[in-house]
Amino acid sequence: MIYGQLSTFHFFNCQFIIMSDIILRTTNLGKRYKNRWAAQDINLEVHRGDVFGFLGPNGAGKSTSIRMILSLIKPTTGKVELFGHDLFQKRELALQDVAGIVEKPDFYLYLSAYRNMQIAGSLTLGKTPADKKIMETLDIVGLTDRALDKVKTFSHGMKQRLGIAQALLCDPQLIMLDEPTNGLDPQGMKEVRELIVRLTTERGITVFLSSHLLNEVEQVATRMAIINKGKMLVQGSVEELLKANADKVLFNVEPIKKTLVVLRAIKSVSEISQTEEGIVAKVNPKNIPSVINELVKAKCKVFSVQPKHSLEEYFLEVTNES
Amino acid sequence: MLNLIYWELFKTYSKWRTYIGFIAVGVLIPVIMWIMWIEGGKFIQYQLRTMQTEFLITGNLFNGWAVSQIIMNGLWVHVPSLIALVAGDQLSGEATAGTFRLTLIRPVSRTKILNAKYIATLMYTASLVVGIAILSIGLGIWIFGTGDLIALDKEGIVILPEANLIYHFLFAYTLAIWSMFVVASLAFFISSLVENAIGPIIITMVIIAIFYIITFLPVESVENIKPWLFTTHMNVWQQALRDPFDWESIRNSVLILGAYNTAFWGATLMIFKRKDILS
Repeated sequence: MIYGQLSTFHFFNCQFIIMSDIILRTTNLGKRYKNRWAAQDINLEVHRGDVFGFLGPNGAGKSTSIRMILSLIKPTTGKVELFGHDLFQKRELALQDVAGIVEKPDFYLYLSAYRNMQIAGSLTLGKTPADKKIMETLDIVGLTDRALDKVKTFSHGMKQRLGIAQALLCDPQLIMLDEPTNGLDPQGMKEVRELIVRLTTERGITVFLSSHLLNEVEQVATRMAIINKGKMLVQGSVEELLKANADKVLFNVEPIKKTLVVLRAIKSVSEISQTEEGIVAKVNPKNIPSVINELVKAKCKVFSVQPKHSLEEYFLEVTNES
Repeated sequence: MLNLIYWELFKTYSKWRTYIGFIAVGVLIPVIMWIMWIEGGKFIQYQLRTMQTEFLITGNLFNGWAVSQIIMNGLWVHVPSLIALVAGDQLSGEATAGTFRLTLIRPVSRTKILNAKYIATLMYTASLVVGIAILSIGLGIWIFGTGDLIALDKEGIVILPEANLIYHFLFAYTLAIWSMFVVASLAFFISSLVENAIGPIIITMVIIAIFYIITFLPVESVENIKPWLFTTHMNVWQQALRDPFDWESIRNSVLILGAYNTAFWGATLMIFKRKDILS
């Protein structure tokens, strides 16, 4: 079943209908606590198949937004549509194909991983899931051999994996992960990242990934939104959003002063500035070899020239502006 | 819904605190019986001291039924705290553990989840009272034998024949379960307001204590509210050990206790459905 918003256009007297296939849409979503807006006018659109990065510094309103989308918090304003169903009018239908981990996965610690899976599954399916299905899902996250152990004996990383297994158990189409690598060691973070990519590529699951770890999102996200101080700043495909900064390069050179003079004399170089890392300037990638040539001719030592369009740069630029 | 209730019961009976109540009555009842066995029926003789000058009493009046009745009278002060221990943890326990973030994002309504929890709480309450019944009657009859029951009434003493006692006690424990449901509902309601497991237990016991104080307060100004306090009707089970039954009084108590149950459940549902899960 395909859900989404229909839009039409005409071509040679024929009407064409495009289905944008948006599976999550929030409209002016907001939550106010007394006089403070924790989130305001959040308008998100998540398309089927996206790994959607939801970025923002700590306290930006990411978790509040996710809690509203998953019906843990009642919004003050706006609405949420999941798979075409209004969350507050048809909650059960809207959440049928959604799973998630909010902030950190919590479990019935006095029960085994297997029992926790049974409970989570029965809440979605309305019946206890089959043993085979539970074991298969635990196998995906590598917890088969600990299935019968009480969760209170699990490490943080294991709990995180069990949380993902619970989310996967009922074959959701959308998984919402709020800071899924929080507290994990580098190996655990890598495993979760790889799992997210696998979910999308192998199982066709759409992943909504909230994080303040930019590197994490940059590696896996196809689309993203940035939120700060409760307000959404930008939204779009990662590629397109970063393209705006694509011409910026970092020159690691010596001597700095002489290089600045040379660069300022080159017409194809603009927006030159000195940073702690070196000299940042806007150069069309096609002109980089000739710029290097000019620097070498002027007897400047060029150690490296790196593209400077990382998500981190972009994020800082956007959030600082706000 | 049955599946939800099953898992709520599974969770409830997988927790150590659930068994504290059973362990407590499992220890208390044999200890009380052991003391009674040593005392050798002095309690019954004390109760009948005025009658023995007027009547010739034969047969075993210090029997299992009498002991069970004495235990019921004695334990009824402590049982509410054992019920609050579990009922007060049903919602606040999940809030503390953060497991609402696991359950309330699923495609099942909050009403269904709450109802499943409420039913599981009532089933625990009933099982604890049934446990008390089985242990006190069973152990009582095994140790002290059987016989007629002498029950004290406002109007005097009633002697209930041995043959009918099983029905009287079944009825008494059914009414006891009904009155304990109010304690469970109250603790359950308070559990929806707080996010720690100790609060509901303490608050429930404080409310019951305050209501009991008002119930037994010999002050004219509170006489009008006494009939509406649930504590006034908590001992409705004693009405089952009468002959004939005062049906009007029983019906009145049952309805008032039922109204409290409904009110507490309704208030809990209203709060739970609107509750923001921030933990």
